[in-house]
Amino acid sequence: MRAFPAGSGGKPSASPTSALTLLLFALAFILAFMAPALALDVKLHHFRLDNGLEVVVIEDHRAPVVTHMVWYRVGAADEPAGKTGLAHFLEHLMFKGTKKIAPGEFSKIIKRHGGEDNAFTSRDYTAYYQRIAKEHLGMVMAMEADRMQNLQLSERDVKTELEVIKEERRERTENDPRALFGERLVAAHFVAHPYRRPVVGWMADVQRLTLADVMAFYRRHYTPANAILVVVGDVTAEEVKKLAKEHYGRLKNTVEVKPRWRTPEPPPLTARRLKMHDARVRLPVFQRLYVAPSYRTAKGNEAHALDVFAEALGGGTTSVLYRRLIVEEKLAAYVGAWYSGDDRDHGTFGIYAAPAPGVEPEKLEARIDAVLREVLVNGIDEKRLKRTKTALVSSAIYALDSQFMLARIFGSALATDNTIESVLQWDERIEKVTAKDILSAARAVIKPANSTTGWLLPAPAPKTAAQGARK
Amino acid sequence: MMRMNIRRSTDATRHSGESRNLERQTPGPVARDPGFRRGDERELRGDERELRGDGRKCWSGEKKRWIDGNAFRHRVRAFLLACMALLAFALPARAVEVHEVKTPKGITVWFVEDHTVPIVAMNYAFYGGAAHDPADKLGLANFLSAMLDEGAGDMPSAAFQERMEELAMSMSHSAGKEWFAGSFRALKKHAAESFRLLALAVNAPRFDEQPIERMRRQLIAAIRSKSQDPDHLAWRAFRKMLFGDHPYARDAEGTEEGIKAVTRADLQGLHKRLFAREQLLVTVAGAISEKEMVRFVDEVFGALPEKSGMAPIPAPEMPAKGRQQVITRPMPQTIVLMGHEGLLRSDPDFIPAYVVNHILGGGGFGSRLTEVVREKNGLAYSVYSAMFSYRNAGVFFAQASTRNEQAVRALELMVREIKRMKEKGVTAKELEEAKKYLIGSWPLRFDSTTKIASILLGFRQQGLGVDYLAKRNDLMRAVTLEQANRAAKRLLKPEALQIVLYGSPKLPASATKPAGATAGAAAAPQEEKVKEPALAR
Repeated sequence: MRAFPAGSGGKPSASPTSALTLLLFALAFILAFMAPALALDVKLHHFRLDNGLEVVVIEDHRAPVVTHMVWYRVGAADEPAGKTGLAHFLEHLMFKGTKKIAPGEFSKIIKRHGGEDNAFTSRDYTAYYQRIAKEHLGMVMAMEADRMQNLQLSERDVKTELEVIKEERRERTENDPRALFGERLVAAHFVAHPYRRPVVGWMADVQRLTLADVMAFYRRHYTPANAILVVVGDVTAEEVKKLAKEHYGRLKNTVEVKPRWRTPEPPPLTARRLKMHDARVRLPVFQRLYVAPSYRTAKGNEAHALDVFAEALGGGTTSVLYRRLIVEEKLAAYVGAWYSGDDRDHGTFGIYAAPAPGVEPEKLEARIDAVLREVLVNGIDEKRLKRTKTALVSSAIYALDSQFMLARIFGSALATDNTIESVLQWDERIEKVTAKDILSAARAVIKPANSTTGWLLPAPAPKTAAQGARK
Repeated sequence: MMRMNIRRSTDATRHSGESRNLERQTPGPVARDPGFRRGDERELRGDERELRGDGRKCWSGEKKRWIDGNAFRHRVRAFLLACMALLAFALPARAVEVHEVKTPKGITVWFVEDHTVPIVAMNYAFYGGAAHDPADKLGLANFLSAMLDEGAGDMPSAAFQERMEELAMSMSHSAGKEWFAGSFRALKKHAAESFRLLALAVNAPRFDEQPIERMRRQLIAAIRSKSQDPDHLAWRAFRKMLFGDHPYARDAEGTEEGIKAVTRADLQGLHKRLFAREQLLVTVAGAISEKEMVRFVDEVFGALPEKSGMAPIPAPEMPAKGRQQVITRPMPQTIVLMGHEGLLRSDPDFIPAYVVNHILGGGGFGSRLTEVVREKNGLAYSVYSAMFSYRNAGVFFAQASTRNEQAVRALELMVREIKRMKEKGVTAKELEEAKKYLIGSWPLRFDSTTKIASILLGFRQQGLGVDYLAKRNDLMRAVTLEQANRAAKRLLKPEALQIVLYGSPKLPASATKPAGATAGAAAAPQEEKVKEPALAR
């Protein structure tokens, strides 16, 4: 399915900032972009409070609501060895209360005010959000600021929630052969980098997580200088600045934020290969992953070129792989390609497929590789290139329709140590991608040694796939 | 970062299906993007919950696209519109108004003009779906939904799809149980051409042999790929218990045999019967004037025949006596699924019952099921209850996934909460808080153009009038403790619960004793043990 590109293009230019604002925020780093976008002016304001908290405000006046998010630059890839699942466990426990908020009350208070809240954890970040009527923005800020430093947990909370996390792992991973397969594939794919870990954690680690682990992790990473506040909605930057200063501005950093270090992938030497059987599978599934640059690590427009390449190669029914392997050769039930450059340290380029009924998996894989080789020699033709770029650039316009999506795009960019500018310039730079850029970016990534190939196949299954079933 | 793959980055979230408290709930066929990406499966799980809400699966070519759905709001402002119109309703704080407009060709459209984002969204539905499929061609409506963007007029499949890509527009169709729904998105700058392409797809689909065979392969692959999906199979068994041989029991996507049997003539025939103005619902939102909108809608739908060939589905007979079915599968968890006949959307007690369900298990954190099963006992990651209705049947259900050793305990706790709700009702405080949330969160559902178009269509499918938008919050506000507790008594029938346990639940030693029976005085569901049910293929 189509990924959601972000942002509006155009050149960022400093917006006029009033003298009063400058006075009020003399020490704050204020950067405001008024992007004359292809489609829509994103009124985006970006500044920092004295304590280092980074703030992004985007005005959207369609409905009298706001999306309020706090992002922490810490995710599963930052967990200490043997503590996989810790970032996600902490995310759950953040709803258990503080001195001011009784256990379990957080979400109930939000609900009583007609709001919705939730949170999510990825490899690189943990984020909390509320969607609520705009008049309650100050209240949710007060609550979020409170739990940034005053989390209070009991042994009982931790014990009960640990059971919930284990159920989550069973429900979302172990009950589902494709999720299990995906987990194992990724674990084999990254040789050294902690992206090999599942965000939810390995069951054996999860079972051993303690209150002390959680509190140590919380104290080390949850601090204003390591956080990003994103507010999108029916508000002005001035209002948000005032409220942010009032609620978050008085928080003091209790720890020094150190640059993140994760073991990078060593130079690739060996192609990895997996085959998993599961009695629950009826349709074989092919997955191929390549280690690629991410938007943050890419040189020049490598990442943009990979986005265009993935879309042209396997983004939809007009793509090369679809046309060749489904329409012409009738070998695949489905086939596609994708690129994800959103992670901080490494991107991933992927190809997936399933054989048409009666087609041998080996045959399909051989043809996928043949088409790939061909494309790496001949490149993408101009007409296709133009169409693909139009589709990608336009998808940025559609992304603007969702307040939540906008908040998420900018929040995740900053949380992965990328920049606002890079988001705002995304469509412009997509437009500039040439066939030559694509060839050089693709050739650098599509190499056997860079790859992990997996097949998920029907029975024989020696054991049930779910190890976590046993206690 | 830029091409945010939304589904990937939420690798793990705290709870799934936050906003599932929809007023219309249809168990959508749990469709998956056949090619999963890292994390997709997890994310889709979350989505399903929400999307089961309106059950509109949107299938476009090899891709499946989901459209979220929800609801609308308030304050009456009567308008007389130039050509033919009726009423307009506005959000109090907003200039966003919903107009009910009748086009020259007689098509009624609910319309919201908003120029914030330069896109136009249209949603539409024809009455008729999988429940109308011939018994030997199950999946016909689903098949048709996959064919509409596969070539039309003088444009064969490839040319048609390349043109869509050039215009950066999308159209996707999906066959639900009794509605055939479409979703259309276009850029303002290409609106005219995009509508023209849609008109071609709606009026003159080609049904070329090649794409038919290609779609047949893909539809079969999709059916196979989920043929062992636990949630899907638990739901299939559950629907069978509720509806027996009635068409509501069907999987909307059909069966492999059915898909194999569909011919070109079948697709043409269904297209002819289904695509008619009589039972067509249309909603439009976005950067477009009313004048243009009316012209485009008529261009797309105006030439269709007046009369539809789709008859209403008769009401099913639903069991009054509880039953329990254990489907044993080697899994670390057991899916606990239970439910019984619910209320129709048109029932005068629907709103109070909706509030009651919110308190019982519709509201996530704070709802009784979540508090007892998850927060107090740590038995499940997701546990909830919901109501949904077809045109002639309402359903109430509750679901959880829990480790096998505790499945029976989770089941007992859930049944106990349902009984307690029926017997004792809600407290004044619970009612107050539920109303605060339901009223206060209403505007959250209307914060984007695409959401508005799809939410409005949902209301129309439920048979609600445009005046509902104005009345909705007042209806919620007016619910009294007495009404809520009367609705609880009417809605909940513990003695009629149809229960499915799917997994490897550890059952009590006395296997004859139904698991749900220990919870209280009401008549116990009868156990019906099925080891290898015929239901699962």
